Amino acid sequence: MSRESRSNLVLKASAVTRRFGGLVAVNKVDFEIPRGMIAAIIGPNGAGKTTLFNVIAGIYAPTEGYVELNGKRLISPPTGASREPLLLLAPIVPMVGAVAYFLFVVGGTEGFYEGVLSVVVAMLGFVTALLLTIVRPLWYVRLIKRFGITRPARPNDMVEAGLARTFQNIRLYKTMTALENILVGGHVHLRSGFLGTIFQSRSTRAEEAKAEREARDLLAFVGLAGEENTLASALPYGKQRLLEIARALAGRPELLLLDEPAAGMNPKETAEMTALIRRIRDERDITILLIEHDMRVVMGISDRITVLDHGEKIAEGLPAEIRSNPQVIEAYLGRGAASGH
Amino acid sequence: MAAATGAVRTERVRSQLFLPAAITGFLALMLGILGFDQFLNAMTLGAIYALIALGYTMVYGIIELINFAHGDVFMVATFVSIGVSTTILGQSGAITDIPTLVVSLVLLFLITIVVMALVGALIERLAYKPLRQAPKLAPLITAIGVSFILQNIIQFFVGPYITNVPQLFPTQWVFTLGESRVPFLNLFVIGSAITLMLVLQLFIARTKTGRAMRTTAMDRDASSLMGVDINRTIMITFLIGSGLAGAAGVIHGLYYGNTTFTLGFQSGLKAFTAAVLGGIGNTAGAALGGFLIAFIEVAAAAFGFGRWGSAIVFSLLVIILVFRPTGLLGSHTGDRA
Amino acid sequence: MSALIARFAPWRARSNAYFAQHRSLGVLVAVVAIGVLLPLLSRIPPFGDLQSMNAWVNAFTIAGIYALLAVGLNVVIGFAGLLDLGYAAFFALGGYTYAIVASPFFDIHLPFWPMLIVGALIGAMFGIFLGAPTLRLRGDYLAIVTLGFGEIVPIVLLNSDPFTGGTNGLGGVDKPVIPGILEFTLINPWPFYVLMMAMIALIMIVVFRLQDSRIGRAWDAVREDELAAESSGVNTVISKLQAFAVGAAIAGFVGVFNAAKLTIVAPDQFKFVVSISAVAAVVLGGMGNPVGVAAGAFVIYLVQSIFLKQLNTLVDNFNIPVLKEVDFLEFQYVLYGIVLVLMMLRRPQGIFPAKRRMRLFKDSEGAGK
Ligand SMILES: Nc1ncnc2c1ncn2[C@@H]1O[C@H](COP(=O)(O)OP(=O)(O)OP(=O)(O)O)[C@@H](O)[C@H]1O
Ligand SMILES: [Mg+2]
Repeated sequence: MSRESRSNLVLKASAVTRRFGGLVAVNKVDFEIPRGMIAAIIGPNGAGKTTLFNVIAGIYAPTEGYVELNGKRLISPPTGASREPLLLLAPIVPMVGAVAYFLFVVGGTEGFYEGVLSVVVAMLGFVTALLLTIVRPLWYVRLIKRFGITRPARPNDMVEAGLARTFQNIRLYKTMTALENILVGGHVHLRSGFLGTIFQSRSTRAEEAKAEREARDLLAFVGLAGEENTLASALPYGKQRLLEIARALAGRPELLLLDEPAAGMNPKETAEMTALIRRIRDERDITILLIEHDMRVVMGISDRITVLDHGEKIAEGLPAEIRSNPQVIEAYLGRGAASGH
Repeated sequence: MAAATGAVRTERVRSQLFLPAAITGFLALMLGILGFDQFLNAMTLGAIYALIALGYTMVYGIIELINFAHGDVFMVATFVSIGVSTTILGQSGAITDIPTLVVSLVLLFLITIVVMALVGALIERLAYKPLRQAPKLAPLITAIGVSFILQNIIQFFVGPYITNVPQLFPTQWVFTLGESRVPFLNLFVIGSAITLMLVLQLFIARTKTGRAMRTTAMDRDASSLMGVDINRTIMITFLIGSGLAGAAGVIHGLYYGNTTFTLGFQSGLKAFTAAVLGGIGNTAGAALGGFLIAFIEVAAAAFGFGRWGSAIVFSLLVIILVFRPTGLLGSHTGDRA
Repeated sequence: MSALIARFAPWRARSNAYFAQHRSLGVLVAVVAIGVLLPLLSRIPPFGDLQSMNAWVNAFTIAGIYALLAVGLNVVIGFAGLLDLGYAAFFALGGYTYAIVASPFFDIHLPFWPMLIVGALIGAMFGIFLGAPTLRLRGDYLAIVTLGFGEIVPIVLLNSDPFTGGTNGLGGVDKPVIPGILEFTLINPWPFYVLMMAMIALIMIVVFRLQDSRIGRAWDAVREDELAAESSGVNTVISKLQAFAVGAAIAGFVGVFNAAKLTIVAPDQFKFVVSISAVAAVVLGGMGNPVGVAAGAFVIYLVQSIFLKQLNTLVDNFNIPVLKEVDFLEFQYVLYGIVLVLMMLRRPQGIFPAKRRMRLFKDSEGAGK
């Protein structure tokens, strides 16, 4: 698919609000990212940056507003949630009916087997319904929408739709090797099921071999060649950050969310990280949204910067504009001065 | 904002009125359905479940551990109470002399409670404390191990039989209420259990230690920063929880007159179900849950489903955990992310 | 001596590399080797004196049942990190499935071999049945719900007399037959032994293949960090259901064998202690390591059924009044308790830790690395 034929906006967030009890962590944020951009979000600690990421990634449902990825509205507040359990009750109705029929109409022990059978059948129906509500396949989501029940996409749905992310505090699979971490990142692109795995079908083996090649390529791409079999927890901090990015890239995202990728890095590592982020966009055609406190990184690579404070978007623009924006300076310095007491 | 607090306040008033009304209504309904004898029976069983459930709920509230061995602490208590009655008090049957009875019962309760409190605290010290920082499932697995060990200790010393427990409180003392005969024993059992629960509520609400327990349950790190001695608080929680199981053990012995080494498993699971039903971490909820479970069990038996009693209770446990893990009164929420 | 070892080192490295490439072949070779060695070992004096060779072979077969249960439960606990305390229920379901369709009770006599698969499928179905409502629960609640399920199943079996024969269970269950070649009998333990070894090889190969696949990696990821796994595109609900289903399928599969071997199923065989013996084997052997947990189960079974029995005769010989009364066989349960407590406190990773160790027990291990 050519770039032009796809929607030009990779991400569109509209009036996204997220409350935690009384606290408004994200407040009516409107946000768009055109394809191919490196966009940055900055803001003081607790401004709601990570929370906004979590809403976009499907981890927290928004309280209000919606998020579109590639023009598809995937995330909006859950509605009619209280009605969904009613669907579960549907199989119980015939069960009660059948049991009542066999108990009171057929009567005595004659209806016993039929009664048991109808209970079993109804329970199977119940479990099937329950499975649908928790596995929530796409057709089911579309079905319940007819009944006015909307469910926000979950993180794995978002990955399937073309989003990948890293975490502010690294969350690797610590006891797995670097290579395996990346293979998990590519999970959505693997198809082999139980039978293929158990009988090691040709397609399964081919798929695994291809996934492994790609994983090795990704390791090399982020500069971790040779670390294939190192346990993730045994890697030094800087390399763990790189591995987390490689794992995210394995999902072949169109939009990559990076939460403070350069946090805790020395200047040399920071420079390398900056270069890597640019390479991800240039060589892999991936749109990037990053949160970062290090202003050298932000000013150096961002095409556009958005500033959050107290959950609200207070400014947006080119790096140069943001640098001289009095509101932004106040948000940072005012906070700094206040906490200086 | 003001509207919100107003709503919260009316909500609170409503729930305060709702609960006693619901309980009264429920009891009246049960009395009607079950008849007086079975009602009394259920209340007595409920008192025992409630006392055990308190131990589960307090420990879970404070360290989020399902103390699987708690049911067996209760079981051990029934055997300790035999030892106290026969060896220390030298009694093997009903005591009809009222002053002797009072002294004996007080001693029986006191000694058993103290012994079991120490046993519980010892278990905590040896088996759970070293795992305080470990992932959550590790102490749970240990607790299951402790449960098996306790059962086998009793089996080793007593044998795998049903053992008689001296019923110090005369079972033949009854008075008539209208048509029904009411044994004083039932009243004594229910009364002493409710007294213990009220004392516990007061202790948690009024004393400094009780406050420490509540704050630790809410946020361990924060209360540690505020100067609460976490280890001591957890130890006290185990002391109290196991002490209550001790009291439940005494009561079980006095009422049923027998025990066996597997008693703790079933009773423990049912009491745990009670704690979950009431809202785990919530002491009032545990008491409420205990009585509810007892009524369900007794009602099941009354309607000829006695053999299914346990299955019904466990199904209930599954259903609550799946659909309302916070229980009836609970506010304990699962953590996410 | 060390020079000798050094001379074999390159050869060993090469064979290791070879079997890493061809793991299924490695499993086959290992199982055949163990299958031949065990009966031979049982002829050697200290073991040979304890009981006859046939009794040993029979004991190994039953040990194999426990080993397979541990391997199946390990998929749930060790791979996916879900504590299942009601595992015996699936074992029971497999056994009853076969007993109902292959015993005089209904006078139906379906053949054994396809029923192995049916038992596995029934197990998997109930695994999903139980998993569907419960897998969203936190780990400790899940443990208790599975325990409740494990209690409910025997009660249902006990009280559904028309289908299950109530307390007595179903007797006279058909033994396997290879038409025209071999009929399994109670007198000759060898066919069952060989069949058990074949089943071990089969299940081990399946489990290893699953562990190394996208399914197995997803289990690892879910166990390590559920949120990260979701954010990597793993549908965690499906992944956990798969673990439950595979674990339950293995239990159902072994349940069919167990019913045919004992020729009777009864509710008493599937009590909580069976689930706990499997958990103890997994904890002892090392969560996440299929070979380790099988070895753990093997050791526990042999200790409880051979060693404790010997202790009885030994003590009887010594004529010590107090101990004479004690039946040491009743203390197999305390064995589970001690294993669980000591392992958790002293060696949470088990005797044979999984190569990729589990995060579940990382914290308490201290700064090993
Ligand atoms: N799960 C949650 N429950 C309650 N409050 C939360 C939760 N997650 C975040 N918050 C609150 O929301 C606010 C915004 O937090 P967030 O993590 O989004 O800030 P941030 O901009 O990423 O800050 P930092 O730069 O420190 O990472 C904070 O006040 C935080 O305490
Ligand atoms: Mg943040």
